Amino acid sequence: MLITVKIWGSLKAAAGDQSEVQVEAKNIRQMLDRLGEAHPRLKPQLDRGVSVSVDGQIYRDAWFTPLKPENEIVLLPRLSGG
Amino acid sequence: MPLDHQANQDEKDFRIVGQRPLRPDGIDKVTGRARFGADMTAPGMLIGRVLRSPHAHARIRSIDTSKALALPGVKAVVTRDDFGEVSEDLHDVLVNCMAQDKALYDGHAVAAVAAISASVARKALKLIEVDYEVLPHVTDVDEAMAADAPALYENAADESVPAGMSKNVVRRYEFGHGDVETGFAAADAVFEKSFKTEATHQGYIEPHACLATLGPDGQGDLWVCTQGHFAVRNVCAALLGMEVSHLRVTSSEIGGGFGGKTTVFIEPVALALSRKASRPVKMTMSREEVFRASGPTSSTSMDVKIGMNSDGRITAAFAELRYQGGAFVGSPVEFGAMSAFAPYDLEHAKTVGWDVVTNRPKQAAYRAPGAPMAAFAVESVIDELCKHFDLDPLEVRLKNASTDGSQASYGPKFGKIGLTATLEAAKNHPHYSAPLGPNQGRGVACGFWFNFGGQTCVSLNIQDDGTVGLSVGTPDIGGSRASMGQMAAEELGIPYEKVRTIVADTASLGYNDISEGSRVTFSSGMATIQAARDAIQELCSRAAQMWGIDEDAVVWEDGHAKPAGENAGKFDPMSLADIAAVAANTGGPIAGHAEINADGAGQSFATHMVDSEVDPETGRVKILRYTVFQDAGKAIHPSYVEGQFQGGAVQGIGWSLNEEYIYGEDGRLQNAGFLDYRIPVASDLPMIDTVIVEVPNPGHPYGVRGVGETSIVPPLAAIANSVSAAAGVRLTHLPMSPPRVQKAIKDAK
Repeated sequence: MLITVKIWGSLKAAAGDQSEVQVEAKNIRQMLDRLGEAHPRLKPQLDRGVSVSVDGQIYRDAWFTPLKPENEIVLLPRLSGG
Repeated sequence: MPLDHQANQDEKDFRIVGQRPLRPDGIDKVTGRARFGADMTAPGMLIGRVLRSPHAHARIRSIDTSKALALPGVKAVVTRDDFGEVSEDLHDVLVNCMAQDKALYDGHAVAAVAAISASVARKALKLIEVDYEVLPHVTDVDEAMAADAPALYENAADESVPAGMSKNVVRRYEFGHGDVETGFAAADAVFEKSFKTEATHQGYIEPHACLATLGPDGQGDLWVCTQGHFAVRNVCAALLGMEVSHLRVTSSEIGGGFGGKTTVFIEPVALALSRKASRPVKMTMSREEVFRASGPTSSTSMDVKIGMNSDGRITAAFAELRYQGGAFVGSPVEFGAMSAFAPYDLEHAKTVGWDVVTNRPKQAAYRAPGAPMAAFAVESVIDELCKHFDLDPLEVRLKNASTDGSQASYGPKFGKIGLTATLEAAKNHPHYSAPLGPNQGRGVACGFWFNFGGQTCVSLNIQDDGTVGLSVGTPDIGGSRASMGQMAAEELGIPYEKVRTIVADTASLGYNDISEGSRVTFSSGMATIQAARDAIQELCSRAAQMWGIDEDAVVWEDGHAKPAGENAGKFDPMSLADIAAVAANTGGPIAGHAEINADGAGQSFATHMVDSEVDPETGRVKILRYTVFQDAGKAIHPSYVEGQFQGGAVQGIGWSLNEEYIYGEDGRLQNAGFLDYRIPVASDLPMIDTVIVEVPNPGHPYGVRGVGETSIVPPLAAIANSVSAAAGVRLTHLPMSPPRVQKAIKDAK
């Protein structure tokens, strides 16, 4: 299924100057794989690590979190804290 | 998460959660029985000491350790050559623990010795000969960004940095939405200001300390003061070429961390020395070493521009943030850029962050890393605009506040959040209407932090006397043993006193992420609840067996297994203790487990209110009154929650008024001790009042939100707004030490 992923500003250039990209994916792992394939310049950041917000909930490592077309999906830097 | 979250946590009738039982570590800590990092000893133990660079930037031509090794009583010396090659993601960690070809900051470790006593170790350090070629250095973030600045590296920048910039600029981040120029054009007034903050240390009272044993059989043990012993294990094993399961790490009691104990410094060095000497090695940092070589936070330089209409509505906001993160890539500027405008629902917002390297120690996380500085700059400009339009600062914040469904400036739409509730609580608090005297001012500010969950494991063992042993894998840095015990007791329906919670070693549980990101009460709490429910299922199964009915026909209520209804049969309820007493006869020990990746952490917001008084002659600032309003989701143990609120405020007071790393022209740290680096003490402070706001997080079965970090986000801004009001001039450089305040007042006249 086709999902829409928002990406943060500094990655826009690596995604063909788009702030939203669409990929075929059923879960977070598929989404990250498809993003890297469709936009190879995103790969360095994807490899360094990202978080994914799905309807406002932040996921760091959960590959198999299901994604649906109606979800708000936002790629974010990998979150940590103190 | 598969947990059946309460549909409406507000209505859950808690029995133990929300109470204030005695802290389980209290007696240990007040009697001195608690064992911290430096309190462990072992037979045949050696003492390890580190030789550190006296130069801010120098090429290491050679290191001659022969004289040190020849000194009687010296059992091992290590340098970078004693560590192998490591993966790219751990390269900087290793280089920070032990310099490779260059010393990158004053205090950078270049060699270490293990000897039979501290005095022999110190003598040995003096016998190590290091041939340095001193290089030009830079310690200020703005100077490091200049085109002609001394460069630490030739190629550290990634693809985000435009060509032609200083080689010290290593990352660029950008966040936002809308078109800020359109928003500025629509504003009745646009204010722009520049700000600076100095580097501050987390200031934990307990220095880094560990005891390492690594024998010729390749089996190792490490006792260490840390916020994350599983991460320490994995990193140390990788740096030493060990298999992970061959190194067992036990976390000691911790005398403060605040993010500064989320990485390694001396631990791999102690293990390397132990491996070489085949004896246990104890290492303890001095306070001077803590300052010179463990992570402070970034110093910053920031520009903020905000447009506002005369009714207080913000039309656009822009921030450019420059954070130096010491000698390695990774300042928290991305989190500063993400969080800067998060409290506000803005149509047009943009932040740009620059990560810059300098000849300073590698920054380490410090409570909500990167956010307090950005909030200081943003909230100061909002305060100026409120004054310009003569608007109430809380009303302006309420008018612009992010609410459920607002698009955050860093991307996603917020779920259920509590910023408005904290602002309303502040507006209605007596503090807000209390009169002020001459030279006194009141400041308010908002703050935000993300919070996250992460990998978490819990084991809950039902003992045969009906008590419960709860093993968690997240070091207790803020009262988590009490809150885990409360959640386990709540679920099981037994008294809190029947649960003993310990922090288990790395061999006893699956991997646990570090105690950081305000995640422990949220994620270990979620795992504890799940483990308790797992145990309850087994308890019900045992009761069903004894009653000869189906497992589904048994329910758990008030700490007892009961038949689910009339049709299930008529049996007297069995307590947890009743079932546990015969566990050996009904299938063996009863336990519950949870191994989870906890997702669903709810964002946290706070509003702080401060009154201060400025002495116009000396520039001295006195904090008169301070109130914290913060959304905790659900306060499991309110005393600990209040403690987190108070602690964040107090650290913020120190950051705002006194604390700063001071470097000389030679690039050396000039105030590496608590006499010259002044953290607040009790006599400097008023009682910090707290108001716990509870807007439950739908992502947690009890509604918990992390509380440990948000409380340090607003203080810099709230105090700066208060001091600026009292002094009659905008203060833009932290800390607002007496000389800076005095100069600002003088310059304004």
